[in-house]
Amino acid sequence: MIHYFVKRLLMAIPVMFFVAVFVFLLLRLTPGDPAIIIAGDQATQAQLETIRENLGLDEPLLGQFVTWMGNLMRGDFGVSLISQKPVLTLIGQRIGPTLSLALAAMSLTLFFALPLGVMAAWRHGKLLDRAVMIFSVLGFSVPVFVTGYVLISVFAVNLQLLPVQGYRPLSEGLVPFLQRIFLPALALASIYIALVSRMTRASMLEILQEDYVRTARAKGLNESVVLFRHALRNAAIPILTIVGTGFAMLISGVVVTESVFNIPGLGRLVVDAVLARDYPLIQAIILLTAGIYVLINLLIDLSYALTDPRVRYQ
Amino acid sequence: MKAALTPALSVRNLHVATTGTNPTEILKGISFDVNPGEIVCLVGESGSGKSVTSLVAMDLLPKQEIRPTGGAVLLNGEDILTATPARTKALRGAEMAMVFQEPMTALNPVLRIGLQMEEVFLAHRKMTGPDRRQAVFEAFEAVQLPNPPRIYDSFPHQLSGGQRQRVMIAMALALKPRLLIADEPTTALDVTTQKQILTLIRQLQEENGTAVLFITHDMGVVVDIADRVCVMRNGEVMETGPVHELLAAPKTDYTRSLLAAIPSLTPPEPAGEERGDIVLEVSALSKEFRLGNPLARLIGKPDHVVKAVDEVSFCLRRGRTLGIVGESGSGKSTVARCVMRLEDPSSGAILLDGHDISTVQGGALMRARKRLQMVFQDPNRSLNPRIPILESLSEGPMNYGEDRTSIHARAAEVMEIVGLDPTGLLRYPHQFSGGQRQRIAIARALLMEPEIIVADEAVSALDVSVQAQVLDLLDQIRRERNLSMLFITHDLRVAAQICDEVMVMRNGRVVEMGPASEVLANPKHPYTAALIDAAPGRSWDFVAGQPVGIPVPS
Repeated sequence: MIHYFVKRLLMAIPVMFFVAVFVFLLLRLTPGDPAIIIAGDQATQAQLETIRENLGLDEPLLGQFVTWMGNLMRGDFGVSLISQKPVLTLIGQRIGPTLSLALAAMSLTLFFALPLGVMAAWRHGKLLDRAVMIFSVLGFSVPVFVTGYVLISVFAVNLQLLPVQGYRPLSEGLVPFLQRIFLPALALASIYIALVSRMTRASMLEILQEDYVRTARAKGLNESVVLFRHALRNAAIPILTIVGTGFAMLISGVVVTESVFNIPGLGRLVVDAVLARDYPLIQAIILLTAGIYVLINLLIDLSYALTDPRVRYQ
Repeated sequence: MKAALTPALSVRNLHVATTGTNPTEILKGISFDVNPGEIVCLVGESGSGKSVTSLVAMDLLPKQEIRPTGGAVLLNGEDILTATPARTKALRGAEMAMVFQEPMTALNPVLRIGLQMEEVFLAHRKMTGPDRRQAVFEAFEAVQLPNPPRIYDSFPHQLSGGQRQRVMIAMALALKPRLLIADEPTTALDVTTQKQILTLIRQLQEENGTAVLFITHDMGVVVDIADRVCVMRNGEVMETGPVHELLAAPKTDYTRSLLAAIPSLTPPEPAGEERGDIVLEVSALSKEFRLGNPLARLIGKPDHVVKAVDEVSFCLRRGRTLGIVGESGSGKSTVARCVMRLEDPSSGAILLDGHDISTVQGGALMRARKRLQMVFQDPNRSLNPRIPILESLSEGPMNYGEDRTSIHARAAEVMEIVGLDPTGLLRYPHQFSGGQRQRIAIARALLMEPEIIVADEAVSALDVSVQAQVLDLLDQIRRERNLSMLFITHDLRVAAQICDEVMVMRNGRVVEMGPASEVLANPKHPYTAALIDAAPGRSWDFVAGQPVGIPVPS
């Protein structure tokens, strides 16, 4: 198992390298020039040249790439073209809210989606099943910002149960943190609750046909034991796959949610960086996301072995 | 004592039908009793309703699809059909228990055996953790499982099929239920394991005085285990009676035909020594499977090598049938797959009319393949369900460049040879019965005009009456077309009837080979003798309708 873990980590190196090349070229090939954005519309050609020289953008592409990679190897992600602050500092300031939001959304997803999916499969074809399926279609089709504004309007504006927007870190106390993270997390989670409950239902429906489920019932076990101990663990592999890829894809949903709920997270940083063509910052954020993606995939694969004893990695 | 007369299970005029707008009756008013201390066999072919009967008794029917519509099922006098779900749940596992057919899938693969076993006690008894553990060890010992603590910590995939079925039996009998229902509990097991499990069920049943409802399709098993027999067909009980009476003097034509279809263990007299030329000669064939990975190889760790086939040699002559007999894991199917070149042999030679095909590739392999055709075990899965059978049949010849019109003409002919109506060519596999589908699989092979047919357990998935017909068909085709056949089977009765020579395999090696009449009548190797000894129903002569050993009056 450790063997396998190390092997997979080593395999991540070439993956990350290709991501780096891809991001670098993609940014250089898209229209837009950071020098123009920094200097403004009124700048003369000479001023632009000076700015480009200062930023190192006048060098040939290969030279820029080699410099960037060399700095990366030393752990230097560079300095933002716009704010002149180190990229890592900028990301460090913003990653907390984003990770909190993503984790809260994932927790809500598991908390609602697993029981809903299991119950729907158990009452297959009955009212409860239909209700879960209808909810799931809604969850897919309503965009995150609509869900967000509806939640704000109902819980914050009309019922006045929760604050409208904003963010408090966990270090300032659990209650203010939860009060502010709950609505954005729920808005973000709605699509994943739909996705994961559907997957759980489908996977459970298949597993409930298995012989060992019949064996469990023949022993006179309670239906809840049959469902959760015997069936759900066997249904887990496709569910884990969806949860893992879903978690990795949360990033895109985070951008919208953060702007709806005015959360100072990575999403806003990315949008600002892209609009300003802040090359070092965009590159660092995408590399970071890719790294998280690789890591999550590895964790999913390892979790298969934990849920199913027949899965063994060499 | 009057109490002793109450049957443990009493099924009274039970009706069961499918739900939905167009219900079909699956059980049409069946009645039978199982008394304490008695083993009643419910015998029937597929679709007779025997498994549904057992599920009704356990209250395990999928009620959205199938539900009882009338009658009563009394467990110790208490009607299961009218009992509340909570009551039947309390009875399940405690008063009535069940052992299922497939030990490979009946246990939960992700939970430890110990936990699955303890659940029985958790659900029905108040016991402390250590007491439960102790009770589990005792239950394992009762079914003669070696090293109970190790079994307790194992997962199902770490145990053999026989061990898993012992665990299932231990689970079912843990709380000493009044009624044990065993649904084909030995069908998926090898004969030697089957014999041990049957002995075990008999022994535990006698110790505890349990009533056993034993469901099987195999008359040989009936002979070995039943006190009384109940023959079912299409949802009705055809006849009931004590086992020897029923076997010796069946009252209905159906039972008679069922008994007549059982292949005898004694091979027919060899029909003269016709020595044809050798079509297929296999010499020193070996197949190794290497399990390892490049990283382990780099650090010099040797691969794990499994020798599936170890130096196997045999000859197949024109117009003859060679049987390869053995239990699961003996390598018999791997030999067939190597001969077909579906696997590449590790070493050895496969001479087809004197030319070695063990390593040929490309065009030479394509030419060889046409001469060897295979019939697989499960016709439900060997035919593509999405295309009409004409397409399935035509694919092979089309690959060899034959034009459609001539293929279609030949396909119609071949359908008639295998006893099917050529108009069926445009239908899909699901529109045929299992036996018909196997005929289609044979037709598919014949359309390639092979010299050798390799039949891998080709009749094992079929009901005994259909099995007899398909065996006759294969034999007839072999004779008419002077084909040679490599017949792989685990069933000695089938081998005895269709094979001229048999080759007994064990752990990848040949233990004995010779004419069927000699090997099966006077086995030289102790393993062959053990196999024959384990064949179910050996003590009964189905042809004479009496126990073996009584001389037939001439």
